[in-house]
Amino acid sequence: MTELTYREAVRQAHKDALNADERVFLMGEDVGQYGGCYAVSKGLLEEFGPERIRDTPLSESGFTGAGIGAALGGMRPIVEIMTVNFSLLALDQILNNAATIRHMSGGQFNVPLVIRMATGAGRQLAAQHSHSLEGWYAHIPGLKVLTPATIDDAYGMLGAALADPDPVLIFENVMLYNRPGILEARVADIASAAVRRPGKDITLITYGGSLWKTLEAAETLAAEGIDAEVIDLRVLRPLDNAAILASVAKTRRAVVIDEGWRSGSLAAEVSARIMEGAFWELDAPVGRVCTAEVPIPYPKHLEDAALPQAPVIVAAAKSAIG
Amino acid sequence: MTTEKTNTKLHLDRSLALERLKAMIRIRRFEEKCAELYTQEKIRGFLHLYVGEEAIAAGVMPALDAEDAVVATYREHGHALVRGVPMNAVMAEMYGKAEGCSRGRGGSMHLFHEPTRFYGGNAIVGGGLPIAVGLALADKMLESKRVTACFFGEGAAAEGEFHESLNLAALWKLPVLFICENNLYAMGTALARSESETDIHAKAASYQIQSESVDGMNVVDVESAARRAVAAIRAGQGPYFLEYRTYRFRAHSMFDAQLYRDAQEIKEWEAKGPIVRFQDWAEAANLIHPDDVEKIEADVASEIAAAAAFAEAGTWEPVADLTRDVITGGKQ
Repeated sequence: MTELTYREAVRQAHKDALNADERVFLMGEDVGQYGGCYAVSKGLLEEFGPERIRDTPLSESGFTGAGIGAALGGMRPIVEIMTVNFSLLALDQILNNAATIRHMSGGQFNVPLVIRMATGAGRQLAAQHSHSLEGWYAHIPGLKVLTPATIDDAYGMLGAALADPDPVLIFENVMLYNRPGILEARVADIASAAVRRPGKDITLITYGGSLWKTLEAAETLAAEGIDAEVIDLRVLRPLDNAAILASVAKTRRAVVIDEGWRSGSLAAEVSARIMEGAFWELDAPVGRVCTAEVPIPYPKHLEDAALPQAPVIVAAAKSAIG
Repeated sequence: MTTEKTNTKLHLDRSLALERLKAMIRIRRFEEKCAELYTQEKIRGFLHLYVGEEAIAAGVMPALDAEDAVVATYREHGHALVRGVPMNAVMAEMYGKAEGCSRGRGGSMHLFHEPTRFYGGNAIVGGGLPIAVGLALADKMLESKRVTACFFGEGAAAEGEFHESLNLAALWKLPVLFICENNLYAMGTALARSESETDIHAKAASYQIQSESVDGMNVVDVESAARRAVAAIRAGQGPYFLEYRTYRFRAHSMFDAQLYRDAQEIKEWEAKGPIVRFQDWAEAANLIHPDDVEKIEADVASEIAAAAAFAEAGTWEPVADLTRDVITGGKQ
C-alpha cells in the first residue's frame, strides 16, 4: 500500500515492465532527456539508457509505424504520443496498419504494440491540445482502447496491455496526472467495467477523467436521497455490455457521461446498446452529458462550460428520475 | 564473414542467367494470367500489374537471406513470387480463397507470408516505410544481422512518411534497404508534375543515406547494386537507398484508360524491356539458347495452370468465421 500520484503510478508501471522484460522499450517525443511532456518518464533515461528510453524526432506517423514494425519484429514497444490531437498525424499507421495487419495477413502476424497518449481538457490548452478522441478510436476493430481513471488502473493497465498480443491504446486524462491515491492492486484486467459506487436508483456510466466528477455528482445526489450507481467503463473497446446492462436492469435509469463531443460519441454507442439490450427495463430515456460541440476554447470559464461538470451530471440524473 | 563476402559478388554464369530469366518470365506470365482471370471476374477488386518492372524483384530478392524481411506495396505479386511465396498460395489469394497466402482476407494488394518474412502488401502509399524502419529497429536492438528490404514507388517520395522514415533510419543507423521503384508515374501523375526535385536518390542523400540511382531495366545491374547495398548494411553502415529507374508497361490498375501518357512512350520502353533485353544479351553471350527459353516458358505455363486450378478448387471461408483474426483468440 503506497501513496503516489497517477503520474507516479504510470511511471512505476514502466519501470516494472522494463525490468521484467528486456523486449520492452519506450519511444516518443521528449520521453528521454526532457523526461516526458507530462513528466511520466522522468528519470527513466538515467535508469534504462537511450536504447530503451528512446527520444524520437517530431514524426508521429514515422515512430508509431516504427513501433508497429518493432512489434512485428519481436519487441514489445510502448509508443508515447504527447496528446491525442497529435495522434491524428499517426492515424494512418494506427488504423491502416496496427489495426489491420493481423486480419489482412490471415492471422499470421500480430502487432503487440502499446500506444499511450494524454487526452482531455481542463488545462486551458485550447483547441489543438485538449480533445477527447478515445471514443473515435473505440470505433476501430482490431484495437483495444483503455481509459485508466484510478491509481490501480494507471499502474496495472500498462502491464496488461503489454501482455496482450494485439495493439492496445491507453488514454491518460491530463487532469488525472497529479491525482494522489493508494496503489492497492498491481494486476488489472482489460476486459471489464467496474462498479465504483454501488447504488439502486440510477446508473451513471462514465470513464477516464469524468469518473471523479461523476462520483462527486453521486455524492451530491446521495445528500438529496438519490442512490446512484457509478460504472467506470475502463475499457472502451471491447465494451463490457454485460456490466452496463446488469446495472441498468437493476436501476432502470441511466445517464452516460463522456468528455467526447455528443454527436457520434461513445456515449451514443452506450446509449444505443442500452436501448438494444434493456429497452423494456427502462423507466426513462437514457440521458447524456457530453462536451459541448465546440473546439475547446482557451478561456477558463468557457472551457469549464464546454466540459461535463458535476452540477450538469446531477441535473441530468434528476431529470431521468423525474 | 565468408558467406557475406561471396554473397556480394555476382558471378554471371549459365545457371544464374537461366534463374534470373526464369524469375522474370514467371512473374510476367503469372500476371498475364491474372489479367485474363480478371476479365473473367475470377479475380476482383484492384489488380496492379508489375509488367515491365520484373528485373527489380528478380534482381533484389537473390541478394537477401532467408531470415531477412520484405515490406512491399500493392504492386507486389512479383516480389512475393521471387521471395518464395508459393505460386499456388498467391493465386488462391487473388481469388480470395481460404488457401491463399493471407487466407483470402487480403487479396492482390495484401499478400503476407510468415515463412518468408513477407510483411505485405501495403496499399497506402508510403505506409510500409515506417514498418520497415521498425522491423530494422527490432533487429538492431536484438543485435541481429538481418536486413529489412522495403519496396515503394517514386510516388511515395511525396508522402511525409517517406521523409520521417528516411530520417529515423539514418538517425538510428538501422539496417533498412530502401528500394524505390521509379516507374515515372504515380498512378496517372508524372514525376515532373508532382516533385520539385525529380532526382529521388538525391532526397535520400540529403538524409546522409548512401544512395544510388540504377538502371532498373537491367537485372544484372539491379542485382549488383542490391548486393553492394546489402553488404554495406550488414557491415553496420546503416540504411542504403537504391532508386531503380523503370517503367510500367500496363495500366496502373485494371480501371486505368491511360489518358496521361502516349502509346509511343510505352513502345519505346517496351523495346528496352527487362526480359527481352536480358534474353537477347544472354543469347548473344552464349549463356543461354533459344530452347532454354522454350523450356522456361513451358515450365512456367504448367506451374501457372496448376496454380489457377489450385485456386479454382480452393474453398470459401465460412461466413460464420467472418470476424476471425480481428483480434487474437476471439471475436470482438
